[in-house]
Amino acid sequence: MTETTAGATAVKTPKAVDGSLNWLDDRFGSTGFFKRNVKKVFPDHWSFMLGEIALYSFIILLLTGTYLTLWFKPSMIEVVYDGSYQPLKGVQMSEAYASTLDISFDVRGGLLMRQIHHWAALLFVASIMAHMLRVFFTGAYRKPREINWLIGIGMFTLAMVEGLFGYSLPDDLLSGTGLRITQGVAESIPVVGTYIYMFLFGGEFPGTDIVSRMYMLHILLIPGLILGLVTAHMMIMWHQKHTAMPVKHQTETQVYGYPFYPVFMAKTGAYFLFTFGVLALLGAFAQINPVWLFGPYDPGAISSGSQPDFYMGILEGSLRIMPPWEISAWGHTVTLSVLIPALLPLGLVFGGAAAWPFLEQWITGDKRLHHVNDRPRNAPVRTGAGMAMVAFYGILWLAGANDVIAERFHVSLFATTWFFRFAVFLGPLLAYIITKRVCLSLQRRDADTVAHGVESGIILMSPEGGFSEKHEPATPEEKVVLLSKETARGEAPAVDANGIPAPSSKGPIGHLRSRLQRAWTFDDIPVEEGHGHGDGHGNGHGDGNGHGDVSERKNPQQIGH
Amino acid sequence: MSDENETTGSPEPREHGDRIIGTPSPATQRNLIVEDDEAPAPAGAGAELDEGEAKRAERVVAALFVLAFFASLGFMVYFVGWSGRHGGMHGLERTRESNMWLGGLMALAFLAMGVGVTIWVRRLMTSKPIIQERHEFSATPDDRSAFATDVLEGAQDSGLKRPLLRRTLLLAAAPLGLAPLFLLRDLGPLPEKKLRSTYWGEAVRKAQAQGRRGVRLVVDGTDRALRVSDFAAPGSMITVLPEGMEKDVPHEDVLTQMAKSVTILINVPADQFKPAPGRENWHIGGIVAYSKICTHVGCPAALYEQTTHHILCPCHQSTFDATDAAKVVFGPAARPLPQLPLAEEDGYIIATADFPEPIGPSFWERG
Repeated sequence: MTETTAGATAVKTPKAVDGSLNWLDDRFGSTGFFKRNVKKVFPDHWSFMLGEIALYSFIILLLTGTYLTLWFKPSMIEVVYDGSYQPLKGVQMSEAYASTLDISFDVRGGLLMRQIHHWAALLFVASIMAHMLRVFFTGAYRKPREINWLIGIGMFTLAMVEGLFGYSLPDDLLSGTGLRITQGVAESIPVVGTYIYMFLFGGEFPGTDIVSRMYMLHILLIPGLILGLVTAHMMIMWHQKHTAMPVKHQTETQVYGYPFYPVFMAKTGAYFLFTFGVLALLGAFAQINPVWLFGPYDPGAISSGSQPDFYMGILEGSLRIMPPWEISAWGHTVTLSVLIPALLPLGLVFGGAAAWPFLEQWITGDKRLHHVNDRPRNAPVRTGAGMAMVAFYGILWLAGANDVIAERFHVSLFATTWFFRFAVFLGPLLAYIITKRVCLSLQRRDADTVAHGVESGIILMSPEGGFSEKHEPATPEEKVVLLSKETARGEAPAVDANGIPAPSSKGPIGHLRSRLQRAWTFDDIPVEEGHGHGDGHGNGHGDGNGHGDVSERKNPQQIGH
Repeated sequence: MSDENETTGSPEPREHGDRIIGTPSPATQRNLIVEDDEAPAPAGAGAELDEGEAKRAERVVAALFVLAFFASLGFMVYFVGWSGRHGGMHGLERTRESNMWLGGLMALAFLAMGVGVTIWVRRLMTSKPIIQERHEFSATPDDRSAFATDVLEGAQDSGLKRPLLRRTLLLAAAPLGLAPLFLLRDLGPLPEKKLRSTYWGEAVRKAQAQGRRGVRLVVDGTDRALRVSDFAAPGSMITVLPEGMEKDVPHEDVLTQMAKSVTILINVPADQFKPAPGRENWHIGGIVAYSKICTHVGCPAALYEQTTHHILCPCHQSTFDATDAAKVVFGPAARPLPQLPLAEEDGYIIATADFPEPIGPSFWERG
């Protein structure tokens, strides 16, 4: 512990460290920066590592991807395969596919790197999703972190496109089918669709250009963009400091945790090793995308059960359950059965996520800075909306495997399609209602715990012979967590003292806002100290409900300026 | 941002981290029996180390690091010594073996090291949790207005207020943004009428130039023209292409032409076949030909169910009725598969014209 930086003479720094630090400091004045940041506090919670997994998967993708480029040939020139994989010997195929086979069978460790690369891509997108859900459900996107939330959505979108281009590169039968669908979707865009199609493929499908074009996008442009966004994401996070969970010592004005150096540094280093280790394990023992089984691309062939990587499943499912709607008029055609599923679901998910922080600010009128996260139960509308989105995404994702479901569970294929056509609307609605009820019930229990304490398991017998369980007050640590809930602020006054309507509540927009704000807050349950029925009388009656009179509402403290 | 580090008086180990809020705390209740419940926090060793414990932890960590060392060493030894034996890799078997060894050893090295560092952090690091202030980001109102003044002053000094200067600068900059887009023009040809015809049309023209009525059909992957008698069994389905396509089309263009002209030939029972109006003579006793490219997004509609005469696209399950002009029975496709007019000539199945409409997915100009 070198707390005594002032009396630094007491601490003997090794010459190598001291020398190089001074060398840098003389040139950049860097020691001041290091000193400020070396013990930067990182608040701790298991869910904070989800983003770290994404970061490390990305680094592993860059490492393994660079390795693969040493042998991969992004060319659609037809060659005759002459490698060591016997079943395809003498078969005509594109150079891209042949070089993928070479990487797999003739480069030592090549298959391992290919498999780690593919697994890391799946992990990258999966951990982005998990990280994004964590941020959403804890309200960590709130002011001042809206920009970083938008950057995250940008990276998610880029990661999907990057993945699609990546698994399309080997030019095997499966990836060619995926490209064919991409082409069909591009073609369906009104007015400019055929132009986009021709310009993307350099002519008609499949042509001879698409692999080399995707290769450039996949190894240069998109990873470059992601790298830039990752850097911005991390720098903003570092500058604003990480959010904290609402536990003891974590407040809006202070952050509590272990210092970056040495604890967090070592932990996150270990985490990189774990991520790489698990991916190596998967690459070694779990086969992924065995392109040699699919054969070279042939536009007339297809294998049943063709599935894209999991993150494209939502598009696949939407395409499958869409009814056959098409409009033809005045010599032009708009294919709603392609256009709607291709644009609407992902547009809703990404657009909705991007708009949400601003929408929430507008509805609640909450323009304060937030550094301490919400517990999901304490924001029932947000949590409900999030779960509705999860249900929407999940149902469409499942619909992308309706043929597999039909086959496994012996139900009619058409029945599964009809089921999903309804489920995609009802599922999110149900998810919203159920989630909101669960949140409110949890709030009630929290209010109850604050008011009555927790069951101690000790049964008391009264002089009259009645039995009751003794309740213990919640510990201070628990109370910090429970009381982190801020009582929802009531509606903004529609009129001021002189009876003049507030400007924000005028007009249809203002009216809508008031309605939404009421929907946001009307069933809020205050979790506060001070109006229980005293503790210890332990008859455990369950009236946890709404004993918060408006006059006593805890005033949300104003943070910031 | 000057972060003053201050150590808290009592390092609060997060001992309640895993407990569900609302359940009784074991620590506060029974302090009669268990005094050491306040022992090592899960996230750090705490300020004081028990020397014995520390020694043990150190040995465990060291053992894991040595294991990682040997795993990496094993990786290199296997790579050099075994993976390339007898002149390198030989297909599937050797690849599987080397993949497991290399990947397994690599995973072992990473995981052993990761576990080692984790134990180190949790058992040996004595850093205490600290508290830092969160600072406000925003500048003072004075600073803000001073900056705004600077910006306005700069605009003033630069003469940006002169409208002619400002407008012509914008005028000069606008095309600079657009001009590079022109370079993208040569990414591909214009669509023109390319999507309206397939190689069947050209093949029919060539055949008619030689005095025949139409072009013969060859089975995909062979050069053999198909006779009516070859395809007599009801219920069968095969994929066909125009005869001579692979020879006549430039080598690099074969896949592209194939992607449009690939066709399925189906023998449906003649008594159940309902030809569309105007197409009564497009089949040969129930032998019909439809484009194989699904009208939804272009996957090959490759599955044929004999009993129901349904053609199914395995990608998104668009289903077409082969007996009824390939009308859509179910799924997202909005149009029937285009039909190829067939006839018989010298015992061979021939196509007498191109598809009457564009094949594949719908597009804006399709009409």
